Amino acid sequence: MADDVLFELLHMEMTISIFQPDQSESKRSSISKLEQIGFCTGYRLVERLTKDWPRFKDELDTMKFICKEFWSCIYKKQIDNLRTNHQGVYVLQDNRFRFLTQLSQSKQYIEATPKYLAFTCGVVRGALSNLGITCIVTAEVFSPPTCKFQVQVQRI
Amino acid sequence: MSRQGMRSTDPKKVNSELFTLTYGALVAQILKDYENDDEVNRQLDRMGYNIGVRLIEDYLARTGSGRCYDLRDTADKLQMAFKMYLSITPSVTNWSPAGDEFSLILENNPLTEFVELPEGHGGLKYSNILAGVLRGALEMVQLEVAAWFVQDQLAGDSCTELRVKFLKRLEDAMPVGED
Repeated sequence: MADDVLFELLHMEMTISIFQPDQSESKRSSISKLEQIGFCTGYRLVERLTKDWPRFKDELDTMKFICKEFWSCIYKKQIDNLRTNHQGVYVLQDNRFRFLTQLSQSKQYIEATPKYLAFTCGVVRGALSNLGITCIVTAEVFSPPTCKFQVQVQRI
Repeated sequence: MSRQGMRSTDPKKVNSELFTLTYGALVAQILKDYENDDEVNRQLDRMGYNIGVRLIEDYLARTGSGRCYDLRDTADKLQMAFKMYLSITPSVTNWSPAGDEFSLILENNPLTEFVELPEGHGGLKYSNILAGVLRGALEMVQLEVAAWFVQDQLAGDSCTELRVKFLKRLEDAMPVGED
C-alpha cells in the first residue's frame, strides 16, 4: 500500500532531523525526544485500536495483544518470539523489524541503529501505559534486521 | 484462545491514523523545541522537502508515468499522487491567467484529523510538510516550484488551500570537466 511508504519516510526523516548533531544537545536527549514522540503516538493509537475490544484478562494477555494485533498494525507482521520470566520482564523479538530492513544487514552500522528503535520503544511504552501497565522499554540489536525489545513492568 | 466478538481492524484506516498521530506528536515536539511559529513552519517544510525528494522515486516506480507536457498535466499528476498516498482528491482550481500558478483545494485533510490548534499559534502552518513534499518531489523532476498554504481549515478557513507556483525548469548541470 502506498501510504506505508509515507509513514516509513516520515519516520526516517523524523529520526534524522531530530537526531541532527546539534551542539547544544546530547545524543541522549535526542533519543528521549524520539521516545516521547513515540509515547504520544502509541498512547493515542492504542486507545483507538482497543475501542471495541473486551477487557484484557491480565498482563500477559495485554502483552499478547501488543505482540499480535498491535504489532501487525504498525509493523505489518507479528512479533516472532515473546519470552517472559513471569516476574514482569518480557522480551519481544522481531526478526524482520520494519525500520531496520532498509539498513545494511552487516554489523558495520550497528552503532547507528539505536535511533531507529527509539520511536518504537516509545510507542510500546505509550500503548502499555494507556492499558494500565507502567513500564520501561529498551531495545537492542545484535544483527540487523533482528531486534529485541525488553519490557520491564514497574510494579507499585 | 481466540477472542469473542473481536472486530477486525481495518488496516488501511489504522495506517492513516498511525501516520496522522505520529505527525501530530512530531509537530508538538518541534513546537516545544523552537517555540516560534515561523521557525516551526520552516522546519516542517524542510522535512517535507527531504521526504518529497525520496517519495518521487516511489511515485514514478508505482505509476510509471512519463513526462508532463505542461503544468496542467503536472497538476493532474499531483492530484493523483494525493489520492495514492493520502486517499484524498484535492480539486485543482484558481489558475492564474498565465497558467503558471494554481491551487489545490483540500476538502478534508487527513493530517489534521484529530487536531485542534492551541491558542497563541496563529502563525503555525500545521500541514506545512505537504508544501515541502511537493517542492522536493517536483524538484527531482526538474521543476522548481514554490508551494505555500493560503488557507487552512485549522485556522478557521472554510477549506485548506495549497498554492503552487511554477518558477522555472531546472536544467541538468554537469560538473566541470565531465561530459
